[in-house]
Amino acid sequence: MTDMDRDRATGKNPPILHPYGSTAKRAPSHRPLAIPRTLTEMTGPLYGHASVDPGEADLTQGHAGEPQGERIILAGRVVDAAGGPVPDTLIELWQTNAAGRYLHAADRHPAPLDPNFTGAGRAVTDGQGQYRFTSIKPGAYPWRNHPNAWRPAHIHLSLFGPSLTTRLVTQMYFPGDPLLAFDPIFNAVPDLAARQRLVAGFDWNLTEPEWALGYRFDVVLGGRRATPMED
Amino acid sequence: MADEGLEPTPDQTVGPFFHYVLTPHAYPVRSLVGNDLTQAGVAGETIRIEGRVLDGDGSLVSDALVEIWQADAAGHYAHPEDRRGTASNAFRGFGRSDTDATGVFRFTTIRPGPVPGPGGGTQAPHIAVTIFARGLLRHLVTRFYFPDEPLNGADPILALVPAERRATLMLRAAGKAHYGIDICLQGDQETVFFDV
Repeated sequence: MTDMDRDRATGKNPPILHPYGSTAKRAPSHRPLAIPRTLTEMTGPLYGHASVDPGEADLTQGHAGEPQGERIILAGRVVDAAGGPVPDTLIELWQTNAAGRYLHAADRHPAPLDPNFTGAGRAVTDGQGQYRFTSIKPGAYPWRNHPNAWRPAHIHLSLFGPSLTTRLVTQMYFPGDPLLAFDPIFNAVPDLAARQRLVAGFDWNLTEPEWALGYRFDVVLGGRRATPMED
Repeated sequence: MADEGLEPTPDQTVGPFFHYVLTPHAYPVRSLVGNDLTQAGVAGETIRIEGRVLDGDGSLVSDALVEIWQADAAGHYAHPEDRRGTASNAFRGFGRSDTDATGVFRFTTIRPGPVPGPGGGTQAPHIAVTIFARGLLRHLVTRFYFPDEPLNGADPILALVPAERRATLMLRAAGKAHYGIDICLQGDQETVFFDV
């Protein structure tokens, strides 16, 4: 049994087919074929500190004025399955503005764009695997998956880690959001404890007085759990 | 081992709105990774790959993201796990392309060399491919192989693929140094995806 099989069997990772409507014609019908991890899989793209301008981690800057909405600090630690830090790894992030609108040509939600907010960010973890963004709390928005469907506020995250096997694209949610119970994408992860790992924690110590609310979101990259099968 | 250590953060779909950070060519955001992997000074044969992503109905998928990772012309990866020496300096081996309104993705790169395989063997030249899209709760992983490559017959990964499905991994020659391929997410011609 591979890690992927195990995670699907125990509900710790999404199944292939799900009430999330878009899966119906896009989810493969064959099981993915398990292969040994060769040098191809044990390597992967590396984008370190030289790739990213420190200003790219502050989504509230770079425009003529301040964006609308509730300012947040989003910080956390990226670790491997053994709890060790994943240093110098690229994190890319995208999100709606405070009104729930993406700066994206395909977003038809009739909520306002914010001329002072793009919603795209990048950062690289430090030597201890820590990262930190400044942003605006994103808004909920409607979609057409089912009647009166609304996505809970979320932030999309893309991470690399040290190899192809640690590639992760996920979404981070906010604690206490009543829409979480109704969201098929969040609930595509069947296991409650696993699902909760997608929810950031409010962090009083990260919160800055008179400035911004702090949320902590730690990430575990799973690619090194299994003994490599190369030999 | 798998039962020890921390549980991983689960995957979630990339959704349809990734372009303005991951492939921001139409947006006022700096692009970090593009679809042209070649740069001045990179050794090797420049090739173009133009492929399509299709769903289970054969409809073109116009909101997918395709990432490629590959060795250089000498078969070296630009990564410290490849301990045989450095890859050619200018070649990073990583590219990204979104699919356009017609479901097409495009890369300009160099033909990779053969790379080491399990147990001291050799893998035929190949490109590792990762596909993200709305409707995929986790990304898919596959490979592109070259149709005119004698080493394919001894490739240890191709050998694991049922013979009748191997063709789904083969680039098809579309001209001089120009290749095409269809990534079929579902259906009769479904591409072979790997659990790595």
